[in-house]
Amino acid sequence: MTVLATANRWDEASEGLLRELAPQVLGVVARRFRDFSSAEDAVQEAMLAAFKQWPQEGIPENPRGWLIRVALRRMTDTARSEIARRERETAITPEKEPTIGPAEMETEMDPEDTLVLLFMCCHPALSKPSAIALTLRAVGGLTTGEIANAFMVPEATMAQRISRAKQSIKASKVPFRLPIPQERKELQSAVLHVLYLIFSEGYASSIGARLQRLDLAQEAIRLARSMLALLPDDAEVAGLLALMLLTDARRTARTGPEGELIPLDKQDRSLWDRAEIAEGTKLLTLALSLGAVGLYQLQAAIAAVHDEASRQEDTDWPQILALYELLQRVAPSPVVTLNHAIAVAMVHGPERGLDRLAVLDSDERLAGHYRLDAVRGHLYEKLGDFARAAQHFRGAAAGTTSLPERNYLMTQAARLEETLKGPNSRPAASES
Amino acid sequence: MKYILMMNTMRAGAGIPLWPPADLRAHIAFMLGLNRDLLESGELVSAEGLSFPDQARLVRAGKDGAPVTDGVFPESKEFLAGFWIIDVDVPERAYAIAARVSAAPGPGGNPLNMPIEVRPIMSAPPEML
Repeated sequence: MTVLATANRWDEASEGLLRELAPQVLGVVARRFRDFSSAEDAVQEAMLAAFKQWPQEGIPENPRGWLIRVALRRMTDTARSEIARRERETAITPEKEPTIGPAEMETEMDPEDTLVLLFMCCHPALSKPSAIALTLRAVGGLTTGEIANAFMVPEATMAQRISRAKQSIKASKVPFRLPIPQERKELQSAVLHVLYLIFSEGYASSIGARLQRLDLAQEAIRLARSMLALLPDDAEVAGLLALMLLTDARRTARTGPEGELIPLDKQDRSLWDRAEIAEGTKLLTLALSLGAVGLYQLQAAIAAVHDEASRQEDTDWPQILALYELLQRVAPSPVVTLNHAIAVAMVHGPERGLDRLAVLDSDERLAGHYRLDAVRGHLYEKLGDFARAAQHFRGAAAGTTSLPERNYLMTQAARLEETLKGPNSRPAASES
Repeated sequence: MKYILMMNTMRAGAGIPLWPPADLRAHIAFMLGLNRDLLESGELVSAEGLSFPDQARLVRAGKDGAPVTDGVFPESKEFLAGFWIIDVDVPERAYAIAARVSAAPGPGGNPLNMPIEVRPIMSAPPEML
């Protein structure tokens, strides 16, 4: 904030600092008025006003005070028109309208508000898309337009999604306070899951899309950072941030010039972000020293093992296998079994990996899922059975709903089929 | 997760359906109400109605790359009448919306029970790599 006030210039850093202020301002206004929904609208309007005015008129001396004042005025306006409406309807004398000075509001600042808001916006009562949208706006300080753009839906639709999310919070009577110890674990894992989903959505988008739209992966990292700042001793929060950084480090390398997917074993590892890997590894070490090993720490540990290998063939697969075995115990899921099978194949050979996959055919959650086919394609190729591999890659291509992934899988199938036809037979154009 | 709901109901040469005005009004009101509900639920990405098939042309590139158009289609051919793109949490929700579209009121206010083709839009993030 001091940087904002002294530099008085508008740049990316000031935009970031303005966003940091959003949940703090919202906390003050929401607690004062005991109306999260209206307070959130008022803060959004204050943010929009700041985004419009500050780059031109300069950053005010006290940015937080400025935001609180504007949000407050908006709340008062709403209250006044509400009173006027009631007055018209019932012809009673209006109550005294709330008058609170910004200075008084400033003293109500509580850094824990950001945390309270995260627990509220990611509450399990909300659908995931609603929780994501509301978190980005109320805690991330993003505008509805930016969020709509990031998810490629119209702004009006996103506005409605956010407003309905707030209605659900109101209806399920989520209190504006930190969760009680008994509910803490469940609610915190919901928060971490929402942040993880925001990250995945952003990580998956192509470089081109990232330039045009909001960078959701960076937003998720920023939110995880502010959460960790408030819970510095929480191993899973540190683990999640480590996972994000260790994964994000490979972002530039995972897509080619046309946006095509490049799998981990084919990536140009010199493109990996060393600084992010270093920071992620440091956080992971910290997380592991804090005690109980959880889902995110283990995934981060696996990402770290991949990141450590400067060449694909240097990857410490036995260690990855051991970590997946732990993960199967801590957080068993068909997807973990799938990844475990890959690690088994890398350590003990493709046949053993394929044996492992057999159990998944009877698992309703994954049977017939394209990822099962994709992994089988990969393992049959390793085994040298190109015909079966191609067949599984084709099956996987038909099942995915990701376009870059389908392109990748179709290309794998086509490559293997061409190999099967022999070196001298190039498929005729009409066959494609 | 985004889905497209396609209403393939128009027959070439059939022209504007000749329904009693009240039924037509009810049908139009139903469609407008549906769009409003989808906007309010935060699920609408876009909704478009298409022209009648007599304005449809099939275009192919000729030898020199110039457009070669083909029009006026046999009466049996079905055309896309309109589509919705929705962004929903689970596939079941897309199917529920499609069922609502399908049951749009027709002549006499009876549900049309039109076939609605529902397909995922390739918008999911890649998961496997």
